[in-house]
Amino acid sequence: MGSWRITLRFAWRNLWRNHRRTLIMLAAIVVGTWAMIFMTALMRGMVDEMVQDGVSVLPGHVQIHHPDYRDDPTVVNRIAPPTGDLLEVLNRPEVVAWTTRVRVPAVISSERDTRGVTLIGTDPEGEQAISFVADDLVEGRFLESRHDKGVVVGRKLVERLETDLGKRVVIMSQDGENEIADRGFRIVGIFESKLDQYEEGFVFAAEGTVQELLGMGDEISEIAILGTDYRNVEDLDRMVAQAAGPEMEVLPWQELDAYLGSMLAVMDGFVFVWIVVVFLALSFGLVNTLVMAVFERVREIGLMLALGMTPKNILSQVVLESILLLAIGLAFGNLLAWASIEPLKDGIDVSVVGEGMEYFGAASVLYPALYLKDIILANVTVIVLGFLASLSPAWRASRYDPVEAITKV
Amino acid sequence: MSIGFRLAWRNLWRRKRRTWLTVGAMVFSNILLVFMISLQVGMYAMMISNTLRAQTAHLQVQAPGYKDDFKIRQVVPAIETLAAEIRQGLETDQVAARAGAFALASSADRSYGIQITGVEPEYEARVSSLPGQIQEGRFLGDMMAPEIVIGSTLARNLKVGVGDELTILGSGRDGSMAAAVVGIVGVFESGMPDLDRGFAEVPLGYFQDTFTMEGAGHAIAILAPSLMQVGAFQTRVEGLLPPNADLAVHDWDALLPGLKQAIQADFASAWFMYAILIVLVAFSVLNTQLMSVLERTKEFGIIMSLGVTPRRLGRLVLLETALMGFVGLLLGMALGAVLILWLHQHGFSYPGMEEMAGKFNLPSRIYPELSVVGLFVGPTIVLFSSVVAALYPALRLRWMEPVQAMRAA
Repeated sequence: MGSWRITLRFAWRNLWRNHRRTLIMLAAIVVGTWAMIFMTALMRGMVDEMVQDGVSVLPGHVQIHHPDYRDDPTVVNRIAPPTGDLLEVLNRPEVVAWTTRVRVPAVISSERDTRGVTLIGTDPEGEQAISFVADDLVEGRFLESRHDKGVVVGRKLVERLETDLGKRVVIMSQDGENEIADRGFRIVGIFESKLDQYEEGFVFAAEGTVQELLGMGDEISEIAILGTDYRNVEDLDRMVAQAAGPEMEVLPWQELDAYLGSMLAVMDGFVFVWIVVVFLALSFGLVNTLVMAVFERVREIGLMLALGMTPKNILSQVVLESILLLAIGLAFGNLLAWASIEPLKDGIDVSVVGEGMEYFGAASVLYPALYLKDIILANVTVIVLGFLASLSPAWRASRYDPVEAITKV
Repeated sequence: MSIGFRLAWRNLWRRKRRTWLTVGAMVFSNILLVFMISLQVGMYAMMISNTLRAQTAHLQVQAPGYKDDFKIRQVVPAIETLAAEIRQGLETDQVAARAGAFALASSADRSYGIQITGVEPEYEARVSSLPGQIQEGRFLGDMMAPEIVIGSTLARNLKVGVGDELTILGSGRDGSMAAAVVGIVGVFESGMPDLDRGFAEVPLGYFQDTFTMEGAGHAIAILAPSLMQVGAFQTRVEGLLPPNADLAVHDWDALLPGLKQAIQADFASAWFMYAILIVLVAFSVLNTQLMSVLERTKEFGIIMSLGVTPRRLGRLVLLETALMGFVGLLLGMALGAVLILWLHQHGFSYPGMEEMAGKFNLPSRIYPELSVVGLFVGPTIVLFSSVVAALYPALRLRWMEPVQAMRAA
C-alpha cells in the first residue's frame, strides 16, 4: 500500500517538472475531449429530434397492417378492427396508447387546384394520444367524433389549394370495388408541422366518414401503437405480433421508416468512430510526451533501479503519470463540454440551412442531447486506450540496465 | 544546399523517435483528411448531378411564382416557340419545354394521385436522365400520341405494365374537368423513390390538348455544359426572352434550395471535425518543437554568442517544422492516394448506408475519385497550421540571453 502512495507521489511530481509540456498536452486532451462530447451531443440531438418527430408524426412505435399493405397501400388491403386477444394486449399497461386508422392515397381538389395526398381517417380520441396533429393545430378545431364531416389539413396545402378554413374541398379516392368515390368536406382545422412535407402531404378526416365513403364497413388500414420508449420496442413488437397472429404484419417503426431506423443505428457507430479518431490524433502527442519524459530521466531511472526499485515500480510510475495527465484532461474536457452545451439547451437556430436540414429530415432548430452513455464511452475509451498507448514507453523505461543508464550522458 | 537547410534536416533526425511520432500524427490526419474530403467532394458532385439530371436541370424559365406554388394557371405562353428560340439563341439542344399537373391515374384495379408532366419527346432526353432509365418498353415518340411512361413503383402499385391503359382525371387550366385514356408505352426506374412512385410523362402536345393549355406550358428546362457555366447561361437566357414577357429564369439553387443547404450543413459539420483534428496535430507539433528548443538551450546559447542572430535561429526552428510537415504531407498524400485508388476500385460502404443513400440520390456503394482538391486541401492546411504552431517556440528564442542560456544545465 505504501509503495503505491510513493508511486503516485512520484508520478504527480514528475508530471509538473516540465509544466509547459504538461500544460500543452493537457490543452490538447481538453480540446479533444470537448470535441468528442460536444460533437456527439449535437449529432445525437439532431437524430433524436428527427426520430421523435418521425415517430410522432404518424407511425407510432409499432404498427399492424395487412401483409400486402406496405407494398400496395390501398383500401383493398384492409384488416378487421382488433378483437379478442389482440384487443386484450392493446389494453395492457405496456401500451401507452393505440388507435386505428384508414390510410389511403387520395386526390384533394379546391376550386383552384388539385393535389395528391395521403388521406387519413382517424379516430379523433385515439389519434390525439399518438400523433402530432392535435397539438399543432393553429386554426379551427380538430375532428370531434368518428363521424365528423370535416377535414383537417396542413397550412402549406391550404396555400397550395388557395382555400381556407370553412371552405369546401373535394376528396377523391378508390373505394373497395375499385370505383372512384368522392365527397365534399369542409375544412374545420389547419395544422402546422416542423416539416413542410407533412403539411403538404397529409389530410385528416374522421374514420367513420372515410369508411362510409370507401364502403369498407368497420374495417381499417392500420393500427398504430405507442409504447413507453421508442428506443426499445422489441418487446412490444413481439407481444403484439403474438396476439395479432400470422395473418397480420406487425412491424416496429425502424422497419416502417428504414431511413430513420438506419439513422439511429448509424449514429451509434459514428459516435464510436469519432471518439476513437480523436483519441488517435491525441495519442501521438501523448506517446511523444511520455517518451520525452522518460528519455530525459534515463539517469535518474537508472539510479532508482540501482537503489532497489523494481522495474514494476518504474513501469507503474510512468503509466500512472500518463493516467493522471489523461484524468485531469478529461475532467476539464468534460466540464468544458458541459459548460458549452448547457447554454445551448434551448436549441441552436440553423434555419439558415433550414431547407437543407429538411433534406435530412431534420427540423431547423438543433437541440444538443448530452447522454451519460456517450460521456462514459468517451471517458472510458480515452483512459483505456491511453493506458495501452503508455505501456510501450513505460515498458522501455522499466527495462533499462541500471549501470548503463546511470553512466549515460 | 544551404547551411540552414542542412542544419534543420540534421536537427530533425537527432531524435528519430520523437520526429517520427510527430510526423505520424500528421500522416494520420492527412490520410484521414484526404479520404474524407475526397469522399465528400465526390458525394456532393454526385448528389448535385444525379438530382439535377433527373428533373430539374440547371436552369428553368417559368412564370414568376410557379416554382413555389406550381399552379396550373402560372404558364409560359407559346412555350414550344420560345423553347425553339432559346435553342437557337444558345446554340444547344439541351433545352426542353414542359408542362405539369396533378391528376388521378386509374387502372382497372387501382387509383393513385400522381404528377403528370408533358414533355417534348425529341428534346427531353437531352436535359433529363429519365428517358434513359426506361426499364421496359420505350420512351415517348410522337408529340400528340396518347402515350404515357410511368415510374416502376407506380406501375407495380397500379398493377399495370407496358401495353395497358390508364385513365387520367384532373382539372384543366380553365378549371374544367380534364380526362383522358392513355396507353402505357414505357416504365422507368430512376432509383429516386419520389419519382418512381408518383411521376409520369406524356407528350407535351397531348398534355396541352387534355389540360386545355392552349399552347402554353410551365417550364423550359435548360442544361448548361457544366455547373460553372450556369451563371453565364442564365444571363444569356434572360437576354433571349421577349422584352415584355412576364417570365423568370431560375437557377438550380433557386429551384431546389434544399440541395445546396443540405450540402452546406453537411459541409459545416464536416469542417468542424476536420478543424478539431488539425488543432490536435498542431498541439502535438507545438509540444515537440518546444521540447526540441528547450533541450537545445545550451547549444543555442553557444551559437548565439558566436554571432548568430535570434531571428536566424527562429527561422531554423520554423524550417525544421516545415521540413517535418513536408515529410508528413508527402507520406500522408501518398498513402491517402493509395487508399482512394483502392476504394475507387472496390467501393466504399458502411452498414446502414443503403437506406440513407437513396434519400440523397446516391448509390449504396461509393467509388471515390482522386481529385486535386481532395488530395491537397487537407494536407496543405495541416502543414500550414504546423508551422503556425511552431511560431511560439521560434519566437521564444528572441528573449534568450546567450550567457544565461550557455550556463543552463
